[in-house]
Amino acid sequence: MSLLVVAVVLVGASGLPGLVLCREGTAGERVATALLVMGSGCGILSVFFAPPEANRIDFPWSVPGGAFALSIDAISALFLIQIFVISALGSIYGLEYWSQADHPDNGRKLRFFYGLMTAGMATLVVARNSVLFLVGWEIMALATFFTVTTEDHLPAVREVGYLYLLATRLGTLCLFAMFALLHAATGTFEFVTPSARAELSTAIFLLALAGFGLKAGLMPLHVWLPGAHANAPSHVSALMSGVLIKMGIYGLVRICSLFPNPPLWWGGVILCLGVVSGILGVAFAIGQHDLKRLLAYHSVENIGIICIGLGLAVLGRSLGRVELVALGLGGALLHVWNHGLFKALLFLSAGSVLHATGIRQIDRLGGLLKPMPWTGLAFLVGAVAICGLPPLNGFVSELLIYLGLFRVVIGPGDRMWLAGAFAAPALALVGALAIACFVKVFGVAFLGEGRTERARAGHECGPLMLVPMAALASGCFVIGIAPVLVAPVLDSAVAAWAPEWIGGRTPLAHLAPLGSVTMAALTILAALSVLGAFLGVSTRRAVGGAVGTWDCGYAAPATTMQYSSSSFGQMLVGVFSWALWPAEHVPGIHGVFPRRTSFHSQVPDLVLDRAVYPVARSVGRVFAWMRWLQLGSINAYLLYILITLVALLLWR
Amino acid sequence: MPPVDFIVHGALVLLLPPLLLGVITKVKAAFAGRVGAPLLQPYHDLIKLLRKSSVFSRTTTWVFRAGPVVGLATALLAALLIPLGDRAAPVSFEGDLVLFAYLLGLGRFFTVAAALDTGSAFEGMGGAREATFSCLTEPALFLCLLVLVRASGSLSLSGMLGPSLAGSWPHAAASFIAVVASLLIVILAETSRIPFDDPSTHLELTMIHEVMVLDHGGPALGMILYGAAIKLFLLGAIVVRIAVPYDGVDPWSGRAVFVGGMLLLAVVIGVVESVMARLRLLQIPSLLVTACVLSAFAVVLLAR
Repeated sequence: MSLLVVAVVLVGASGLPGLVLCREGTAGERVATALLVMGSGCGILSVFFAPPEANRIDFPWSVPGGAFALSIDAISALFLIQIFVISALGSIYGLEYWSQADHPDNGRKLRFFYGLMTAGMATLVVARNSVLFLVGWEIMALATFFTVTTEDHLPAVREVGYLYLLATRLGTLCLFAMFALLHAATGTFEFVTPSARAELSTAIFLLALAGFGLKAGLMPLHVWLPGAHANAPSHVSALMSGVLIKMGIYGLVRICSLFPNPPLWWGGVILCLGVVSGILGVAFAIGQHDLKRLLAYHSVENIGIICIGLGLAVLGRSLGRVELVALGLGGALLHVWNHGLFKALLFLSAGSVLHATGIRQIDRLGGLLKPMPWTGLAFLVGAVAICGLPPLNGFVSELLIYLGLFRVVIGPGDRMWLAGAFAAPALALVGALAIACFVKVFGVAFLGEGRTERARAGHECGPLMLVPMAALASGCFVIGIAPVLVAPVLDSAVAAWAPEWIGGRTPLAHLAPLGSVTMAALTILAALSVLGAFLGVSTRRAVGGAVGTWDCGYAAPATTMQYSSSSFGQMLVGVFSWALWPAEHVPGIHGVFPRRTSFHSQVPDLVLDRAVYPVARSVGRVFAWMRWLQLGSINAYLLYILITLVALLLWR
Repeated sequence: MPPVDFIVHGALVLLLPPLLLGVITKVKAAFAGRVGAPLLQPYHDLIKLLRKSSVFSRTTTWVFRAGPVVGLATALLAALLIPLGDRAAPVSFEGDLVLFAYLLGLGRFFTVAAALDTGSAFEGMGGAREATFSCLTEPALFLCLLVLVRASGSLSLSGMLGPSLAGSWPHAAASFIAVVASLLIVILAETSRIPFDDPSTHLELTMIHEVMVLDHGGPALGMILYGAAIKLFLLGAIVVRIAVPYDGVDPWSGRAVFVGGMLLLAVVIGVVESVMARLRLLQIPSLLVTACVLSAFAVVLLAR
């Protein structure tokens, strides 16, 4: 346990030496990465070797209501491992991707806040006191603001940073209110089950859903997510998408675990929000032109899948059906891990593309598999995994959630089974849309011919960037082939979440055909090798390299004539136009010799551009008369605080 | 599973699919007043393709060759999960329907990727259509399978399509009829048949599946055609089993009824292809949404 404290301190301070070391030298970045990797190693060791009897520590702490209470239970352990693994890999990647030599202005700042962000997350998942939780939460949230705005000389980055800051402030506000109500219900800042008062519980649940949902990026609350992910350095995007947004899931899981008998509608709401996030997240992703923005919308989709599982678990708890809890929560938590692995992998390989070509627009890439074979392979592994296809890890977690939904379908009850009967096809729709989206991205960016000069000049990245990608890709394979390895971890997490069913619990390995999954994965790999060898042998005399694509006999194909990602997605954007509201500029063609013209299309974020901004603007106009309060001098603000305090004291 | 069952299952899966294509062609020829190609022509075509040499464009990478390999491998593995007639499948476990659907998804991923690897706009167009339309067939397929899950109380394909099926018909007839209709639409769309796609047109701009594989030749094209035939066979096996829930008194009568049902399905597809025109591409999504709604009705009808 004290090892964990050492780990958090090491990680949190990893960027400090760099601040005083030479600005141009490589010493600072090496020290920072070494400290962060060491700290992460300590953290992972502390999870594995935590003695079950002594895994709680309480330090005295003078903060009112606060207590420095830390403890690692199975749920914390699961999230801790993910935080440390992905943060360490991202930090190694950052050595080459964001080297001090290339970025002397902001490299040190980035490394400092990167470590702080990791330390904040590690603190909040082990905190057992809501004040300490909020301290960790705020360290994480504010450090993230500074890592997102690493390139703060760019106006676009400042804009998304500001939006992120607003969203995270709003989320924290909800959490303050939520924890205050929790304190009112329990009389302590510890996480304990509140006494039964329905309206208070409802308020706690809704505030938790809003506060944590904002961080997780659930569909109507996702507005900050695409821009922030797209504009941060890629290893920060990987950490944000892989780990940071999961802190929202962690909070939701933790708060839901406090309620042994949740009303039926809680699970229903989480499930519905999950379905909406899943479908609309991937639909918006299909319409994006920016590679990293597209990946960010897929985070919304995957948070949706996780919430389908979590909603199922909450439903199962209300209904008293232990197998739904095990499959739903097990699937959700495994998907938390899986999404961390493959989304970090995708962001890192997208970062390599960005590093090599400087292009984020998918339609300007192309043919990158030839100059960047390993990056391309890594992206392909991530793409197949995120689509939930066997033999990789995404399949396993989706299978668990499917099995839970199927058990709802065959379960008793007149109407309840319809929830499963419609959620499962929705999950299938999400999967099919993800396939369409990722085959599009992979095909347009990595296959065919380069569409621009810079895309053709792409080059493979160095080992410091490739090794973290290889590690993440092998993680995708390991969980996909041998899910039995992670089943005990999930079982103990489920036990920690719903401790009321210690007796009649079935382990996940008995509820789900994990052995068959292993067999299927191995058979797929074997069949692919056999048939691949067959095709290789039967085409060994093939003519290759000398001829171009047949292209129906067209003699002078140009690289810009290739199908672009916008044209690939056009039909699907049309099918979903009721939700996406795509904006198109279609030029008219006039006369016998029409003049040169241009076409452009884009899918703006519906919630942000059509709801949040207009509402914010009108609210801003209404409150314009209050601006005289903002004098811009510290003295005046101190006076306001004094007046408020005096007023509050008089009121009491 | 006894070895005899396993061998017969394998033989049916490996040998029967091209015959279905032959029957479809024959029926279409009969409607057009022609003699038509021999029933066994698809076998000859496959053997011919396997002996031919190949040409690979300089644009392509290993992904172009992976497409046919993954497409055929996933179809063959999916065949291990589907029960043929009243005989259980060689491999069966809870949730194998998810593996079945996702195996076909894996095949689709690589087939479309191989199409995009050529860098040709024609192939890209075909790939985009294939990916788009299967987004709409996937929910329909799952809704249909969930009707069977609810009716049988089993989570594996062999259980869902097992002996309990005939007993479920009387009280779920309306649902089952909707499921059969919806699945027929799904089959026509997934296997690129009229009214969705015309495999024999000469206009690349209007094709879906055929245009994706324009640049493949020789053994690779053979693998693609064979894989597509197996996919038709597998989806057909589900719908034939639901429509003809006959449990044979001995293994062979059950198998004979199943093979007869499959041939009948091929005739039905041939008739549909002969009497219908291709839909406009932009109307295809509406028909697929109809299939989804139909299967959603099947679910709701079961909830009465």
